[in-house]
Amino acid sequence: MTVHHFIILSAILFSIGAVGVLLRRNPLIMFMSIELMLNAVNLAFVGFSRFLQLVDGQVFVFLILTVAAAEVAVGLAIIVAIFRARDSVDVDEVSDLKG
Amino acid sequence: MNLDLNLQVIAPALIVALSLLLVLLGEVFLPASQRRWLGYLALIGLLGAAVVAAMLWGANLSGFGKMVVADAFGLFLTLIILLGAALSVLLAFDFVRAHQLDTGEFFALVLSAVVGMIGMVTATDLIVIFLALELLSLPLYVLAAFKRADKRSLEAGLKYFLLGAFASAFFLYGIAFVFGGTGTTNLGRIAAVLGASPRSDVALVGMGLLGVGFAFKVALVPFHWWTPDVYEGAPTVVTAFMSVAVKAAAFGAFFRVFLVALPELAADWRALLAVIAVLTMTLGNVAALLQSNVKRMLAYSSIAHAGYILIALVAMGVNGAGSALFYLLAYTLTNLGAFGAVIALSDGTRERLELNDFAGVAKAQPLVAAALTILLLSLAGFPPFAGFTGKFFIFGAAVESGWAWLAVIGVLNSLISAYFYLRPVVQMYMVEPAGGWNRLRVAPFVAFVLAIAVIGVLALGIVPAPVIALASGGFLK
Amino acid sequence: MPEDYLPILAMVVVVIGFAAAALVVSAITGPRKPNPAKLSPYESGMPPFGSARRRISIRYYLTAVLFILFDIEIVFFYPWAVLFRQLGLFGLIEMAIFVAILLVGYVYVWRKGGFDWD
Repeated sequence: MTVHHFIILSAILFSIGAVGVLLRRNPLIMFMSIELMLNAVNLAFVGFSRFLQLVDGQVFVFLILTVAAAEVAVGLAIIVAIFRARDSVDVDEVSDLKG
Repeated sequence: MNLDLNLQVIAPALIVALSLLLVLLGEVFLPASQRRWLGYLALIGLLGAAVVAAMLWGANLSGFGKMVVADAFGLFLTLIILLGAALSVLLAFDFVRAHQLDTGEFFALVLSAVVGMIGMVTATDLIVIFLALELLSLPLYVLAAFKRADKRSLEAGLKYFLLGAFASAFFLYGIAFVFGGTGTTNLGRIAAVLGASPRSDVALVGMGLLGVGFAFKVALVPFHWWTPDVYEGAPTVVTAFMSVAVKAAAFGAFFRVFLVALPELAADWRALLAVIAVLTMTLGNVAALLQSNVKRMLAYSSIAHAGYILIALVAMGVNGAGSALFYLLAYTLTNLGAFGAVIALSDGTRERLELNDFAGVAKAQPLVAAALTILLLSLAGFPPFAGFTGKFFIFGAAVESGWAWLAVIGVLNSLISAYFYLRPVVQMYMVEPAGGWNRLRVAPFVAFVLAIAVIGVLALGIVPAPVIALASGGFLK
Repeated sequence: MPEDYLPILAMVVVVIGFAAAALVVSAITGPRKPNPAKLSPYESGMPPFGSARRRISIRYYLTAVLFILFDIEIVFFYPWAVLFRQLGLFGLIEMAIFVAILLVGYVYVWRKGGFDWD
């Protein structure tokens, strides 16, 4: 197990998340994909932190986890508000604004 | 424990944070009829922070183990952000009442975003920049969706949230790679490591990802598509605040990261950003030509302005950063003023947002029409207004650093933009009113904002020298 | 070193083996007399009613989110607690400010009625 393994795995997870955000149409699934991306970042931080023998990277993970929790609260609140307003949350149906 | 804290470095942010906590407590302990005072409380906090920021000027302090600095660049942007926030709060006073939004919560969210913005422009550590970015983004997601009864506002909030969080993930992944490639997240030390060691591919990947994150936040092509929807759907006051303050904060961090931490990689990012600047200006202006909704038009116009500011980053150096700061100040005054005019012309909750709603406004509201005309001319870059001097400095910096062709494309774009900025003016002065609108009274606060914007735009346009001198103070490394 | 993990591997093999053996032995030797009461999801509990796909009250969401928000802040207490003696009075004051800010949020939610179920 070298640092490469961690980083390649984190890149795979990050890509799965990014593709999920771009291709899926349900905000909840898109949101879960974003969380997957954030956790891929956490994995990269821990991997680099081990490789560099620096504890900083692990401290960053704490900060990212709390920020992600705040993001969950705000994001779910918006999704719930939309659900209350129109009983559906599909992104394609949520499209009163067009360019 | 010897921690080099230097609390005064973050004093402006602390004052805003304190007023945020007081506003939150006021919202739940004051009776509903007294909540108007919370707006004044927010204003006092913003003014206090501005006074403290002005007092820190010139001292070039750094604190928290070089994680934050109060240098000329950061303080100038802090003042721009505080100005933008204060004007937005003034615009919001009557807006939140007319649209029945929660007063205290609204001001608390604005203040919270301001704390994040100040943090973002004064931070010199990537992790602090990230935390500040989230602190400014999260309240803005809520603000965009703040009109809970309006499906379009909710939709704007959802889109802004999903794409903002997506961008944050890219930004964060960039930080991880820069950390992996250099072993530090401090901007100064990143530059030292990159200068001393051979080219690091890991750091290069990190730079690219950071660039994507920033491009989302400041709305550069091809990461701009969320902007029109979010700007159109969000409540007008929020759009006004977002369009200026977020841009100032995100560009501040963008410039600082690329000019302080990554100048060693300039050969890799300069040409790429130049191409993006061309695409952003052109697409923003051409798309704005096609809009009939004023909020959407101003959204595309804000994309185009991000392109102009990006030219300053490509120019690099003191002139580049200084001209960008001057431009951001001019843009803040002008754009807030333009949105202020849109708010001034609204009739209760009904707003003049379509082009033909502006027909004949010059007869009903000659002063507002005159102000809006001046502000739109400034956005288009006509002399003697601030928009002209701002563009002049940016294009000048580009020519000096050998990017004359970029300046030429910028000038051509300004010419295109004149067409769509003048369309509302033509409607106001040359078309007969359509009728159906009440004769409206402009709220004193909104009139005050318009006056400040017009005076500021004229002052910056006619005597720019002292301000550009202040803006060119540079970074503390 | 990989060989250091050998006891854990042995443990895993034993656990899986025991669980599999217990299942197989009871499946072979046990008597089999099914009746409707035995086959219901909760044999000694309430009979299930309604569909499991029913929507759940939105209040669960609010409570859950508030729980997450106040729960996750505990993360910052662990490093602080580990270094408490080295940080001394400074650390205590810092944490007091941190908790005070959280308390403002708590008071806000409380007064806004976020904790009321009805």
